[in-house]
Amino acid sequence: MASVHLENINKSFGSINALSNLNLEIKDGEFFVLLGPTGAGKTTTLRIVSGLEMPDSGNIFFNEELVNNVQPAFRNTSYVFQQYSLYPHYSVYDNLAFPLRSPLRKSDKKTIDDRVHEIAKLLKIENKLNNKATQLSGGEMQRVSLGRALVRDPNIYLMDEPLSSLDAKLREELRVELKKIQTDLYATILYVTHDQIEATTMADRIGVLKEGLLTQVGTPQEIYEEPNSIYVANRLGSPKINILDNKQIHNSQNSSASYVGIRPEDIKIDQNGSYNVKIETTELLGAETLVSFKSDTVNGILLTQENINVGEGDNIKIGINETKILYFDNNEQRMR
Amino acid sequence: MSEIKIERIKKTFDDFVAVEESDLTINNGEFFVLLGPSGCGKTTTLRMIAGLELPTSGKILLDNEDVTFLRASQRDIAFVFQLFALYPHMNVRNNLAFPLKMQKFSKDEINTRINEVANLLRIDHLLSSKVSGLAGGDRQRVALGRAIVRRPKAFLMDEPLGTLDAEFRELMCLELRKLHNNIDATTVYVTHDQLEAMSMGDRIAVMHKGRILQHGKPKDIYTKPKTKFVGSFIGSPAMNFIPVNHTIQKNQNSVKIDNEEYAVPKSFQNTSSQNNVLGVRPEKMFLSDNKGIPGEVYGSEYLGTRKILTIQSRFGTYKIRVSNDVNLKIGANVKISFDSDSAIIFDGQTDEALHSEFIN
Repeated sequence: MASVHLENINKSFGSINALSNLNLEIKDGEFFVLLGPTGAGKTTTLRIVSGLEMPDSGNIFFNEELVNNVQPAFRNTSYVFQQYSLYPHYSVYDNLAFPLRSPLRKSDKKTIDDRVHEIAKLLKIENKLNNKATQLSGGEMQRVSLGRALVRDPNIYLMDEPLSSLDAKLREELRVELKKIQTDLYATILYVTHDQIEATTMADRIGVLKEGLLTQVGTPQEIYEEPNSIYVANRLGSPKINILDNKQIHNSQNSSASYVGIRPEDIKIDQNGSYNVKIETTELLGAETLVSFKSDTVNGILLTQENINVGEGDNIKIGINETKILYFDNNEQRMR
Repeated sequence: MSEIKIERIKKTFDDFVAVEESDLTINNGEFFVLLGPSGCGKTTTLRMIAGLELPTSGKILLDNEDVTFLRASQRDIAFVFQLFALYPHMNVRNNLAFPLKMQKFSKDEINTRINEVANLLRIDHLLSSKVSGLAGGDRQRVALGRAIVRRPKAFLMDEPLGTLDAEFRELMCLELRKLHNNIDATTVYVTHDQLEAMSMGDRIAVMHKGRILQHGKPKDIYTKPKTKFVGSFIGSPAMNFIPVNHTIQKNQNSVKIDNEEYAVPKSFQNTSSQNNVLGVRPEKMFLSDNKGIPGEVYGSEYLGTRKILTIQSRFGTYKIRVSNDVNLKIGANVKISFDSDSAIIFDGQTDEALHSEFIN
């Protein structure tokens, strides 16, 4: 495995700037997730690392070695696509062995066999090795396509939303599996997704992309607790953070702020709270209850783990944990 | 709005039983959710209420009127299939007017109703826009508007949010629920998504293989599932199941797992089976310093306010919910235990929850 360093990368397609001055350092053995909506430049970044796309300017280093002019096949990266692309007429075994049989690699039979079994075991598809690819369920197919990337020992694994076509239960399961495998193999992974849950649950570090600009990089906790803009604060957290006008809150600690951000879990139903509001809806999410509230001056949502005995239409008092309020200026940037 | 009553209704397709004899009462003004995996009979039930399918036997009452054999068009019910089904070449106003024109309402009445609905759904400013140019959320509001303008007795919705991405779905759930409250509607909503059901429903009926296994308030179904299936289908992450390899006697208030005794709510029943299962929700399990099931951390997922740990033990893989300051590395050895007052024992033979101090 390798570390990957992108330095001042620019890439435009016609008049559209896909990436603007991107600087990114992915450490050896790191699970790095690029998070952003469609069109943010996630896939372009992956393609530039793999060599499928050339940047207009900037440098790409693998282990501090410049690879700008190295052909994709010789960069030794391993790519997993969103749609599993297996050879339908091959068995699972042959699908997994295929990348190792490449003339570029010249692995012997025994090595191939050992590796295929090792990876099949990790992905829990050992008992399917003799099945045709078409005889698999969706989840199994995606395991095989992950496996086909993992059998190789590349410089970096590049993954483009590999779980997004699976249903919720399978996605939950594979998230845990993939993170476990990455930890066991000490693999370097650059993973792109628009799904914030995938990002916070698997990443060692997350980079938040917005329209080709990397707006913040940090551990999931840093990004969740210390977002540097309203944009980032909105990207992470489900239910979403409450963004209010600074004037709407009582005794603001920052008179020059324009907006405040308050996480739903930092608002409590509290008899001594200073806000009188009316409950609009309550939603049970399992261990937690989501309450949306409204008044003439303030509206938002709060999240509580406690048993609540109030319901729709009730008037309640709420309190905000003031130490957790995030302040933003009129450009929606964080003020500290 | 109105009350819907289903009495001993049954539907078979040849020798396949789609819906077994069931009873249900959906109260006036209620948001009622039919929840289950695909093929469980929920859509068939909804279609029988709508009149799109005739029951093999049984009765359907709408406000105490027997409508079992009335045509769909005679039932005064609005069916929302997929919220995106709009006429793309018409503007918003004409899309909303369409169902009223079909029923030959006067021009004035049509205009009054459209303005009222547009106001309610905050789409007044879009009335003359083409539907094809609208953003996803606005389209969805228009489709809802088209169901509402008729002022039907009940709304029937079949997975209306199924095709939306997670973030947008969250928003629409909230809006749908607010709308339901504002117009004081009776709504029957079909979905396979437990989170949608829990967050919107006043009451939920969980269906499986043509049978209604349990119905009640979301909270009761979540905390007190009556069968193992309901326990595992509701909740994300799902309920944890720990094997208990001995019979349970009436009045017994502990179980043995891995040669350790654990307190459980006092049982009011005996089990017939030797292989029973203990069901515990992820938030009711915790890391223990003393007694506990030994396991290894397999995954640790950060989710803002909380973390979900995946623990592998020799009895199976368990998910537990911990606060976000718990920092454990993958591979760390831990012991896990559970809150004794909310544990449920499912009979190994019947998969049904034993009646106990906690559940009855």
